[in-house]
Amino acid sequence: MRQFFAFVIKEFYHVFRDPKSMLMLFGMPIMLILLFGFALSNEIKNSKIVICDFAQDPASQRIIDKIEASKNFEIKKFLYDPRQIEQAFKEGNVKLVVVIPNHFNDDLLHLHKAQIQVIADASDPNTANTLTNYVTNIVMDYQQEITPFNDLPQKITTEIRMIYNPELKGTTNFVPGVMALVLLLVCVLMTSVSIVKEKEKGTMEVLLVSPMHPLMVVISKAVPYLFLSIVNLSVILLLSVFLLKMPINGSVGLLFFESSLLILTALSLGLLISNGAQSQQQAMLISLMGMLIPVLLFTGFMFPLENMPLPLQIIANVVPSKWYYIIVKSIMIKGLGLTAIWKETLILLGMTVFLLSVSINKFKIRLG
Amino acid sequence: MADVVLNHISKTYNKGEVKAVTDVSFEVEKGELFGLIGPDGAGKTSIFRVLTTLLLPDAGSASVNGLDVVKDWKAIRKRVGYMPGKFSLYQDLTVEENLNFFATVFNTSVAENYDLIKDIYVQIEPFKDRRAGKLSGGMKQKLALCCALIHRPKVLFLDEPTTGVDTVSRKEFWEMLKRLKEQGITILVSTPYMDEATLCERIALIQDGKILSIDTPAQVVKQFPKNLYAIKSERMSQLLRDIRHLDYIDSCNSFGEYHHITFRDEDDYEIQKKLIADLNSKNHEYIEFKATPATIEDCFIKLLDQHE
Repeated sequence: MRQFFAFVIKEFYHVFRDPKSMLMLFGMPIMLILLFGFALSNEIKNSKIVICDFAQDPASQRIIDKIEASKNFEIKKFLYDPRQIEQAFKEGNVKLVVVIPNHFNDDLLHLHKAQIQVIADASDPNTANTLTNYVTNIVMDYQQEITPFNDLPQKITTEIRMIYNPELKGTTNFVPGVMALVLLLVCVLMTSVSIVKEKEKGTMEVLLVSPMHPLMVVISKAVPYLFLSIVNLSVILLLSVFLLKMPINGSVGLLFFESSLLILTALSLGLLISNGAQSQQQAMLISLMGMLIPVLLFTGFMFPLENMPLPLQIIANVVPSKWYYIIVKSIMIKGLGLTAIWKETLILLGMTVFLLSVSINKFKIRLG
Repeated sequence: MADVVLNHISKTYNKGEVKAVTDVSFEVEKGELFGLIGPDGAGKTSIFRVLTTLLLPDAGSASVNGLDVVKDWKAIRKRVGYMPGKFSLYQDLTVEENLNFFATVFNTSVAENYDLIKDIYVQIEPFKDRRAGKLSGGMKQKLALCCALIHRPKVLFLDEPTTGVDTVSRKEFWEMLKRLKEQGITILVSTPYMDEATLCERIALIQDGKILSIDTPAQVVKQFPKNLYAIKSERMSQLLRDIRHLDYIDSCNSFGEYHHITFRDEDDYEIQKKLIADLNSKNHEYIEFKATPATIEDCFIKLLDQHE
């Protein structure tokens, strides 16, 4: 046990004394989060919109006034023919169309129920999402305004239609994606490079000719990175909660548990790479090429997996971050518990066990 | 039983394409300082790695401290000290941190075996807070030796410990080895420097993975079959070429400021006179000619010639 702690301390010295490792460990996640944070600036001003007011009654007028007063919107024009709506989008820079149907005021007064349709250009999903929220808020605002004067509550339903990207992948999806990316990259890279470094510098030779079991060497190497990755994870979560206003609706403990599972998968993968790689550059290249591209492509946070051809969807199944991404989204956004994600957790666990046993099996107790 | 035993050990790389070690057998007695002498690429490191259980031999068997290198690798790793040819400590850790780390890895502490490394450690102690990467070559080797000794090994393997180290440090290093030997530690050391061979108790001369000779340095020198002469003139490279063209010369090799020569058949005053006369006729002046005792290097070259 004393050996183990000495080894772990030594490993921390390596990390803390190497500016490159520090940058990799802590600089990269913070940078990525901040980068995505700025890309996610949620306030959008002066968006050009089109109004189709078929009702032309006091209620519709009131809502239009409210929209016009908002600094988020700039009404570009009024249309009275639904067939022109698509044309307006295609002409460009129109982000959103608000359609108020006939008899809006009548429906509201007599049926206590009316509808407004909001059509948004979701080719930029973040913007579309934000803008529809603004409209919904304005409509809600109006609804509250009129409710006190009536005994029966009147209900306006805003029907939102996203066009061009109905899945609306975006915003909240980035944080889980970045988490998967950072944890996988950092862990795989750091473990593989640090083990190969021992080989390259010849220190592995000395460590092998010691009473310490070779596997112990590897385990003691994995522990510091597991610890540092959890620190890293906490930093990412703090940044995303306080800077990006990203909620954690589910259990934080479960989130850390699932993340630790991914970290273990990554550590085993790093170990596997270090078995084959001969130099630090080689290890770095394999880790980067082997991780970055699959993670970016097949996790689902950049490109929706559903839109991919079937062979690629099948390939995506072997990328651990795909499952982790589903898990994190379920916990953070949907606030679900283990019962909802046990399948994904099991898959991730299976991957970890498989990778770990392969890499331990292939681990060389000798040189060459 | 001898402390280190090699029995017809062979080792190849790249699936037999490169023959590193071929049928090597020798024994090192307990408490002996044994030298493996040979140029780069002779197979010294491969032999060390087989003995330290880092490589599996293709053929033959070997034992260290009575333990089989293949079967008992775990036990061997507990009782040997190994210093690889390449500096293999953590460059980003200080002298003290390195020493403490290796002490712990070997399940001991610096204090426990301080008496063994004291002589060496005091020399690097003033730099104990310096990172190992910032030490000079000689200092690095002393630190590496300390780390290899920290668990009081039964057998010490030193692979080219003096390569790239200045003359003074080399001398100090060998004196340390002698003191360690007195502690009863069996030491197997390799070196490409022939002049260091005389500092060992017994040596094995090795070339192309084959042992040429195993004996005490004195005996190796004694077995040199001919009288050896040293010769020099003011044009040394021309002298070498001219002498090699003479048919009564057996060998002529450059050796420091002299060339070392042996005669083919007759070796008397007459032939020596003839040599001087022949060289004079080729315009060599200020010729100095004298008998000289053979060194390990002379023997090595001779053995190589015989081998080929």
